Amino acid sequence: MADATPGTAPDAKSAATADPTQEYKRIITIEGLNKWFGTFHVLRDIDLTVERREKIVICGPSGSGKSTLIRCINRLEEHQEGTIVIDGTVLSRDLKNIDTIRREVGMVFQQFNLFPHLTVLENLTLAPVWVRKMPAGEAEEIARQYLERVKIPEQADKYPGQLSGGQQQRVAIARSLCMQPNIMLFDEPTSALDPEMIKEVLDVMVDLAESGMTMLVVTHEMGFASQVADRVIFMDQGQIVEQNTPSEFFNNPQSDRTKLFLSQILDK
Amino acid sequence: MTARPFHRSQAEMLPERAAPVTTAGVVGWLRANLFSSWANTAFTLIALYLLWLIVPAIADWAYFNADTAGDDRFACKSSGACWAWVDQRIGQFLYGFYAPDQTWRVDLAVVLLIPALAPLLFEGVPFARQLRWFSLAYPVVATFLLVGGIGLEGIPTDKFGGFMLNLTVGLAGIVLSLPIGILLALGRRSRLPIIRILCVGFIEIVRGVPLITLLFVSNIILPIFLPPDVTVDSLIRVIVMVTAFASAYMAEVIRGGLQAIPRGQYEAAQALGLRYWQSMVLIILPQALKISIPGIVNTFIGLFKDTTLVIIIGLFDILGIGNAMVSNPDWLGLATEAYVFIAFFFFIACFSMSRYSIHLEKRLDTERRD
Ligand SMILES: Nc1ncnc2c1ncn2[C@@H]1O[C@H](COP(=O)(O)OP(=O)(O)OP(=O)(O)O)[C@@H](O)[C@H]1O
Ligand SMILES: [Mg+2]
Repeated sequence: MADATPGTAPDAKSAATADPTQEYKRIITIEGLNKWFGTFHVLRDIDLTVERREKIVICGPSGSGKSTLIRCINRLEEHQEGTIVIDGTVLSRDLKNIDTIRREVGMVFQQFNLFPHLTVLENLTLAPVWVRKMPAGEAEEIARQYLERVKIPEQADKYPGQLSGGQQQRVAIARSLCMQPNIMLFDEPTSALDPEMIKEVLDVMVDLAESGMTMLVVTHEMGFASQVADRVIFMDQGQIVEQNTPSEFFNNPQSDRTKLFLSQILDK
Repeated sequence: MTARPFHRSQAEMLPERAAPVTTAGVVGWLRANLFSSWANTAFTLIALYLLWLIVPAIADWAYFNADTAGDDRFACKSSGACWAWVDQRIGQFLYGFYAPDQTWRVDLAVVLLIPALAPLLFEGVPFARQLRWFSLAYPVVATFLLVGGIGLEGIPTDKFGGFMLNLTVGLAGIVLSLPIGILLALGRRSRLPIIRILCVGFIEIVRGVPLITLLFVSNIILPIFLPPDVTVDSLIRVIVMVTAFASAYMAEVIRGGLQAIPRGQYEAAQALGLRYWQSMVLIILPQALKISIPGIVNTFIGLFKDTTLVIIIGLFDILGIGNAMVSNPDWLGLATEAYVFIAFFFFIACFSMSRYSIHLEKRLDTERRD
């Protein structure tokens, strides 16, 4: 297990190219991922493969490294060991690869992170125009479609500061979708919301899941997990402790730490 | 006293009512703002009394008891101000030693400043798109008008003086120090150590030294290092030094703004695939500059007033001209008049900047809920 040889990239690639149908099915391959913040070992030997259209819910106690894991996928955090391959592109220091991957992967944050100086419509069209070099008219048309889809077409010309939290998060989801990603990452998308707004955001996410998007969702909304997840992953202390289908995961947890965690969050 | 007093239920929801009328004309405003309490009334009366003492005295001095005609100070006989010199000296105060038959070029440059600035400063200016090209070309146009060449009589820059010198140095410094300050601020936060060290070094050295010293350095020390046949125009030297000085302050003001932008903004920009410069120009700087407006305008105002230090380099700005006049035997002792006159020009310029910044802050406020 302590095989600390760096640069396992060629291996990962050959593994991925061994069977072309496998390569197509696997959209994310993470092998032997290790990350430290200074001396603190935050991610330990993470192996994870995600198939196209798969929906994964990641849960675990605070500080277990859930955010760090999904932030490694689009290089908001840099990992020190292991390989991450996104749809055939190896995530490395190479800026071109990082650009390719970021175009492929959308992300939704706990704190929405909308651009407050731009209107909703401008928030949505900015990246398509500047990153995808899409003509402004086309970008606006797509933006309006996605606003329709997250059910707030009438807010297009407002500023984020004039919207409710639930509306802001739906704009943030639409903003990511406008880049037409193949993978969506969600980092506790409903944790900053008042209870009555959680549902409107989850509804949008369920809708997105049904449309076949590949999704990695860090959340403690267990109702959402049972409804849409193909797999639930439980993390603790930087490791994947257990993963299973939602029904098995909730009804028949294997490890003690999972049982403890479930008892804590289901009690609430 | 039997039932619990808080226990009651409401049968019907209350109907909506119109908001009460708050503005009851002038009398209402006066009562609400100036005479709302005994203390407020007392302050209002004291303020009125002070105004009654000060305003008529100033008006008498500056206007009602003032002399406006005459060839020297002996023509001024009344108790008020002596403005007799204005007629004779206004040309120098405004244009310095610029050839009198060419001053129309300065006037034209100032007039052209209006179409050059309008599309940058205000929204809804007609033909804004085309005018922005003119804004871009304005520095070249203005330099050509002021300095001459190609068909216009050449005017050496040591003839520049008076308020047009303050304007030239001030505007050049303002236009240059903002972008340079932005680059320095970004450089100071760069992950590349060389860039960071260079920027920190520049900012700390320039900020740690009085502007006068920088001007002296440019005046005395630079020629020692440069080959003898290379002379740098004094005006350019002043502009360089004033710009360097203001840029160092600007960089720190803008760095404060950059630090106030939450990390989530950078991350959202990155996650959408924006490159460093794209996220800076489109996301971070617009927000950071907006927060920094008061500090930026403060630096501009400081810079503009510092243009009076050109005297160190041997140039005569409006203050230098005023000093010269006050020590001229014809107008000896008219310091108050001269400095009030000069202060008026600076006040107009600085107060306009201040008002504009308030207007801009209101315009850029996207938090308003309407
Ligand atoms: N930039 C950083 N520098 C140092 N330590 C960090 C940094 N970011 C996170 N950590 C630490 O790494 C650990 C994992 O953080 P992470 O945010 O991934 O946890 P999490 O599982 O998402 O927790 P939460 O449920 O609270 O969001 C935590 O102990 C955290 O303090
Ligand atoms: Mg987290």
